[in-house]
Amino acid sequence: MNDSVIGKEELLKRYEEVARDAVQGGYFLNPDTDFTKNLVRGLMVNEQRYGYPACPCRIASGKREQDLDIICPCDYRDPDLEEFGACYCALYVSGEITKGEKTVGPIPERRPPRSMRKSVSKESSAKGPLTVPLPVWRCRVCGYLCARESPPLVCPICKVAQDRFERFL
Amino acid sequence: MIEMTHIDGEDKGKVVLFALSTCGWCAKTKELLADLGVEHSYVYVDLLEPDEIEEALTEVERYNPSGSFPTLVINDSRVIIGFREQEIREALT
Repeated sequence: MNDSVIGKEELLKRYEEVARDAVQGGYFLNPDTDFTKNLVRGLMVNEQRYGYPACPCRIASGKREQDLDIICPCDYRDPDLEEFGACYCALYVSGEITKGEKTVGPIPERRPPRSMRKSVSKESSAKGPLTVPLPVWRCRVCGYLCARESPPLVCPICKVAQDRFERFL
Repeated sequence: MIEMTHIDGEDKGKVVLFALSTCGWCAKTKELLADLGVEHSYVYVDLLEPDEIEEALTEVERYNPSGSFPTLVINDSRVIIGFREQEIREALT
């Protein structure tokens, strides 16, 4: 596979965007900027390769519908931040880690193994019949809920795309 | 057979690293192996052709069912998953 080279300025621009979005959303990027920039470079490489910024620390299939859960920010970021103080890649870290009160250690893979992976379906977490005037959609990344005919094109909270939503009610 | 890149160094047994070219922890693991100066082979699974990726993933899953990276395999038996610096140092020094 040939990846085109990512320029320094291009990388810096993207890094600043990721950093700005993190701050706006109440998240922190890893203060080790060289490490973090390499991860951002990985996201850009994956975007060129697959057409979406798949997690740089996981192997992507190249099929968006199979990789929805690992498009950065992934579905596992928040539970890993909660439990380990960092996302799987350590691109996002907790406030304690940015302050140097804690260090990042290896984070076990939360994503189910291939054999147990269900394709992410819009209906996946909707249970039994419940009569609501409108469907309720849940953002799988940040948990934002909204009641409308279809999910928003972009999550107003964490900015992920429409296909990261699942039917909640 | 998946083609691996061989790095010369001190013989500490068969040391094989399955990594991704974009992954920060994989890079740290690779650097550590270089610092330790041990003979090893590595492969960036994401840079392989699709059929080779499948073969490599099946191989990784034999040692590490989650199929995650980095996966370090020593003498076809000891498996270290993730950048566990202390564990890697102890296993290879």
